[in-house]
Amino acid sequence: MTDDDIIICRCEDITLRQIRELIAQGYHTIDEIKRVSRAGMGPCQGRTCRQLIARELAGALGVPIEQVEMPTFRPPSRPVLLSTIARGEADE
Amino acid sequence: MSRNSADVVVIGGGVVGCAVAFELAQRGCTNVVLLERNTLASGSSGRCGAGVRQQFGTELNCVLAREAVRIFEKMDERLDYQPSVEFRQSGYLMLAYSDHQWEQFQRNVALERSLDIDVKTLTPRQTLDIVPFLNIDGMVGATFCQEDGHANPFHTTFAYARAARRLGVEILTHTEVCGIEVENDQIKSVVTDRGVIATSTVVNCAGAYSGKVAAMAGIDLPVWGERHQILITEPVEPIMGPMVISFHHDFYCQQVPHGSFIMGIGMPGEPKGYSIHSSVDFLEGMAVTLRQLLPPVAQLRVVRQWAGLYDRSPDAQPILGECPPVERFFNANGFSGHGFMLSPIVGVIMAELVTTGRSSIDISKLDAGRFARGELVLEPTVVG
Ligand SMILES: Cc1cc2nc3c(=O)[nH]c(=O)nc-3n(C[C@H](O)[C@H](O)[C@H](O)COP(=O)(O)OP(=O)(O)OC[C@H]3O[C@@H](n4cnc5c(N)ncnc54)[C@H](O)[C@@H]3O)c2cc1C
Repeated sequence: MTDDDIIICRCEDITLRQIRELIAQGYHTIDEIKRVSRAGMGPCQGRTCRQLIARELAGALGVPIEQVEMPTFRPPSRPVLLSTIARGEADE
Repeated sequence: MSRNSADVVVIGGGVVGCAVAFELAQRGCTNVVLLERNTLASGSSGRCGAGVRQQFGTELNCVLAREAVRIFEKMDERLDYQPSVEFRQSGYLMLAYSDHQWEQFQRNVALERSLDIDVKTLTPRQTLDIVPFLNIDGMVGATFCQEDGHANPFHTTFAYARAARRLGVEILTHTEVCGIEVENDQIKSVVTDRGVIATSTVVNCAGAYSGKVAAMAGIDLPVWGERHQILITEPVEPIMGPMVISFHHDFYCQQVPHGSFIMGIGMPGEPKGYSIHSSVDFLEGMAVTLRQLLPPVAQLRVVRQWAGLYDRSPDAQPILGECPPVERFFNANGFSGHGFMLSPIVGVIMAELVTTGRSSIDISKLDAGRFARGELVLEPTVVG
């Protein structure tokens, strides 16, 4: 197994090779990579892969990792059952 | 910035701007620069439900949507795009909850059929053949069009952008338009935070910000932002084909090919504005409506909630075409919740207008002048 086969986003099965190809195609932000590949859209919401993709981008673009723009975290912070939310309603 | 002049400057890198840029280049107009202040699809296009329907209450909306669907059907080949824009014709099921609404739906169906759009009317019981777990309490009737559906909004935007680039269009992201120089009603240049581009022609595809962009050219355009929220669940096996939509509940819900359910409801009293924060009351309202209409779907987990802006116009209808007195300032905005589904045909129409001065579909009713004339277009079949 080469580096390229390493799975970067475990929720959506995205490999390092795929991430590198997308960067080569011109997708140069985490948001764009997420939108085109779904990396980071799974149940864990990118908790691990964001960091890894940021590191790849920093390397490929030759910028410090702090300069890679981080996407906003979207609620809820953990998957929640919709029916539980509905039960929380006052008079339902 | 590599070009300092262009035949046409397209403002906005959403699905509409990218479609316009591609269609221009397709007609030989390749000296085009598209300006996007963020990344492509970072605005409403990347935040939308991406539903595509042809069931409307005015002839013009039906025709525009029908032609858009015909383009979606062949989009992968036309734009030579891999993997795919994922257009799926899994239908739209529209539910009526009052006699008044049902009468309107029946009028719509007569109109749609006269325009070659294949729509069926269904009794509440018959809807169970399509969505067996739908709660039909209180429903009066429903309409269904199998040729409606949805596509992937990111891939659709990227597909148009890539095809436009291949034909020579320059797409500049992270480049914000901050001014438009106009002299004697003629456009001279577009000023950005990264330089100036001399041009005579601008197409304003800035979504909810189109009013602000028009103001840069001294034009008063009534387009504003209105927040709409949306959420997505964990993916599960395919159990629901069509988009289910109820105007009564201001609700829509669809299972996308990936297996997740994507859904939204309107929030009464949403002010004009540009906030795209998510709120907890949306999540609660959504959960309650869902449990009522599609009980098994309420047993899923929500993984992500977000918001985007509708680019609202006063009559919730698009604004298309040139905008006197300024010459060659074209609008393609004001879509008010339907801009994704119309984008393929809007690209064609705008490119025709810019290059020849006319369009194959008469869109003169959708000009910006209609508000001053008091000739609003009344579409009875929209959410919010
Ligand atoms: C929650 C939600 C659900 C929706 N569901 C559907 C649906 O199911 N079906 C449907 O058809 N439509 C739907 N819509 C509506 C649809 O998203 C929009 O009508 C459509 O995306 C508009 O595309 P656009 O390209 O005009 O706008 P946008 O995608 O908003 O693109 C405009 C771009 O202009 C850029 N911009 C703005 N100002 C400037 C400036 N000064 N300089 C440079 N760039 C600038 C912005 O950054 C933005 O990227 C929905 C919208 C929302 C919010």
